[in-house]
Amino acid sequence: MTAPASPPKKVRGEPILAVENLVKHFPITRGVVFQRQIGAVRAVDGVSFDLRRGETLGIVGESGCGKSTLARLLMRLEIPTSGVATLEGRDLFAARGGELRRLRRNMQMVLQDPYTSLNPRMTVGDIIGEPFEIHPEAAPRGSRQRRVQELLDMVGLSPEHINRYPHQFSGGQRQRIGIARALALRPEVIVCDEPVSALDVSIQAQVINLLEQLQDELGLSYIFIAHDLSVVRHICDRVAVMYLGRIVELGTEEEIYQRATHPYTQALLSAVPVPDPEQRDNQNMIRLIGDVPSPANPPSGCRFRTRCWKAQDVCATQDPDTVPRAADPHPSACHFAELREPASPS
Amino acid sequence: MRGNRPTRGSERKAGAVSQSAVQPTPASPTPEGGHLLEVRDLHVEFRTGEGVAKVINGVSYHLDAGETLAVLGESGSGKSVTAQAIMGILDTPPAVIRSGQIRYQGRDLLAQSEEQRRQVRGTEIAMIFQDALSALNPTFPVGWQIGETLRQRAGMSRGDARRRAIELMELVKIPAAASRLGDYPHQFSGGMRQRVMIAMALALNPKVLIADEPTTALDVTVQAQIMDLLSDLRRDLRMAMILITHDLGVVAGVADRIAVMYAGRIVEHADVRSLYKTPAHPYTKGLLESIPRLDFHGQQLSTIRGLPPNLMRIPSGCPFHPRCPYVQQVCVDVVPHDLVLGDGRTSACHFAQEVRDDRAR
Repeated sequence: MTAPASPPKKVRGEPILAVENLVKHFPITRGVVFQRQIGAVRAVDGVSFDLRRGETLGIVGESGCGKSTLARLLMRLEIPTSGVATLEGRDLFAARGGELRRLRRNMQMVLQDPYTSLNPRMTVGDIIGEPFEIHPEAAPRGSRQRRVQELLDMVGLSPEHINRYPHQFSGGQRQRIGIARALALRPEVIVCDEPVSALDVSIQAQVINLLEQLQDELGLSYIFIAHDLSVVRHICDRVAVMYLGRIVELGTEEEIYQRATHPYTQALLSAVPVPDPEQRDNQNMIRLIGDVPSPANPPSGCRFRTRCWKAQDVCATQDPDTVPRAADPHPSACHFAELREPASPS
Repeated sequence: MRGNRPTRGSERKAGAVSQSAVQPTPASPTPEGGHLLEVRDLHVEFRTGEGVAKVINGVSYHLDAGETLAVLGESGSGKSVTAQAIMGILDTPPAVIRSGQIRYQGRDLLAQSEEQRRQVRGTEIAMIFQDALSALNPTFPVGWQIGETLRQRAGMSRGDARRRAIELMELVKIPAAASRLGDYPHQFSGGMRQRVMIAMALALNPKVLIADEPTTALDVTVQAQIMDLLSDLRRDLRMAMILITHDLGVVAGVADRIAVMYAGRIVEHADVRSLYKTPAHPYTKGLLESIPRLDFHGQQLSTIRGLPPNLMRIPSGCPFHPRCPYVQQVCVDVVPHDLVLGDGRTSACHFAQEVRDDRAR
C-alpha cells in the first residue's frame, strides 16, 4: 500500500466522495434451522453520485426509498452487495485495519433522534470525547478535555456543561451534542441522516443555521438526508431524489426545484404543503394515487410506472437510465422527461 | 371474556366506548348564540414526582358547526392535552383539571358524570391520532375493530356491523374494502392504517372530529392524500374539525381559523389569512420566519432564540418574554391579556398592534 507522499491538495468543488453503482440487497429467508433465501429487499439498487468538497448534497425520498441504508453503507455500517465508493480516491469497502480507521476518521455521521443516539449514562464530555478513545492519535490525552470544551463552544453550548448528562438537555441541544461528537475527529465529510426532523420548528432553524455556519468555518462536505423538501432546498447545493432504491433525478438545487423533469420529483414537490393560505386554491397539484410498492418486489422497467400518469408500454419493459434528457441537461430517469408548465411553483 | 380487552384498548384510542348499547342521542341544535363546542378558561396541571407542571394555563377557544379550527403549537405547548381534556381521555392522575369549562351544545362536559360523557364520546366528538399503528389493536382484524364500535354503541348485529364497516372503509377510500376486512393492521401501509382509524372515528357519525397530528408520521405524498380525504369528509358529512398540528404548511391548506399555543396558553387567534399575512404575536411571527420555504432558496433562516419554557417554571409575566425580540420591562412584570384586534382576532401580547404593523422587521 502506498501512501501519498504529500497530502492531497484540497480544492473546493472537486469530488471528495465518489459512489459508483452501489447495491445493497437484504436477503429474505424462510426456515429456522435450514434457512434458504426466498427473495431480497432491494434497499439500494444501483446508486451513483459524487460529493464535491465543500458542498451539501441532499438526498430526498419517501420512507423505504433506501436513503438511510445508503447512509449506513457509506459509513460502512453495512457491507454492500456490490458497487464501489471511494473517499479521496481510496476504496471505502476494500479498506481494512488501519486504513479503514483512517477513512472512518474522515467521515462521520449525525443521527436523527437526539434522544436515543446519546448514551444516557455517559456525561456530555465522555460522549463527545469517546471518538478519541478509538482514535487516540487525534488528540493527545492531556489536551482532550480542552478539545471537548472547544467543540461544545463551537456548537453553541456552554463549555461548563461538560459534566452534565443528556437528559439535562433539550432536543435541540442534544442534537448539538451529536454534531459536536461528529466533529471531534475533524472529518471532512459528514453524513446527516434526518438531522432536524425530530426537532420543533423554532429549534430546527437554529440547528440548520449551525450546520451551515460549521460548513463555512471548517470546509465540511455534507450528505444531507431528509424527507422535508423545504429544508433540503434551503441547505443543499445539489439534490438527489430517490425512489425505491434508485436515484431518479439528480441536479442542482435550482434544477430540481425549478426545472424538475421526472414525474416523481414533480409530484413530490407539488405535494409539499405551502405555508401560505393565499395559495390554497392553487390547482397546480399532482395527487399520486396508491403507495410506494414493496422494495422486495419492485415493478418491472421503470419503478415509478405503477403510480405514474405518463406511463406507457415502454415503461414496463425498459428501465430508464438516470441520464441527461432533452428537456433539461440534468440527469433524470424518465422516458418522457419534460418540464412542468408552469415550470416552478413560485 | 374474549372481547373485553380489545374493547378497552380501542375505547381510549378511537373514542369508541364499550358498555351497553346506547340509544342514539337526538341531535339537539346549537343553542342561539352559543358555539357548538367551547373551551372556557381551562387550567390543567400534571402532578409528578419532580413537581407540578402547569400544562394548560387558561385556554379558551370555540368551534362552530362545519368549520375547521387549527390548533398550532410545538411540543409541550398543550395542544394535545386540551384535546384530550375535551375527549375526557386525560390520564388522571397525573393530570388534574384545575378549573374551566368545556361546553358542548351548551352543556358543560366537565360537570357531567362519566356515563354521560360516554354518550358524547364517539357519537358527538370523535378523535384520530398521529400513530395509527399503536392506536389500532394489532391482534384483531381491522373490520372487527371498526365493527366493534357499531356493535357496542349502536347495538348492531354482527352482520350489520360488518356491512357498515365495509361502507365506512369505502367512505375513506380503502381499495377493495370488502376483501381487506379480515386483514390485520400490520398488513396495511401507513396511509391505509390512518384511513382505518378515520373510518373508526366516523362510525357513529360524530359532529366534531378532533385530528391530533393526523399526518405527521406520513410521507408527503400520502399526507396530501389524507388531508384531501379529511377535507372532503368534513364537507360531505358536515362535521366540524379541530386540527392539531405543528406544521404551518398543513394548516395553511385547510384551516378556517387558527389558535396558536405557547406554554399552555393561546397566544394568538385569527382567521388563517390574517395570521399568515400580519401575525400579531412575536411567537407566531418568529415561527413563520423560521420555516424554510419550498418556493425559494433562502438565505440564513431567522430563528427564535432560546428554548421553550420548562412548564414547572414558567417565566413571569408573558411566558414568551425571554425569547421575544420586542421584550420590554412590562412583559417581565405583567401577564398580557388577550388584546382584541378586530375581526375576531386576539393576541396575548402587550405590543400586539406594533407587532402586527411591523411587517418589515
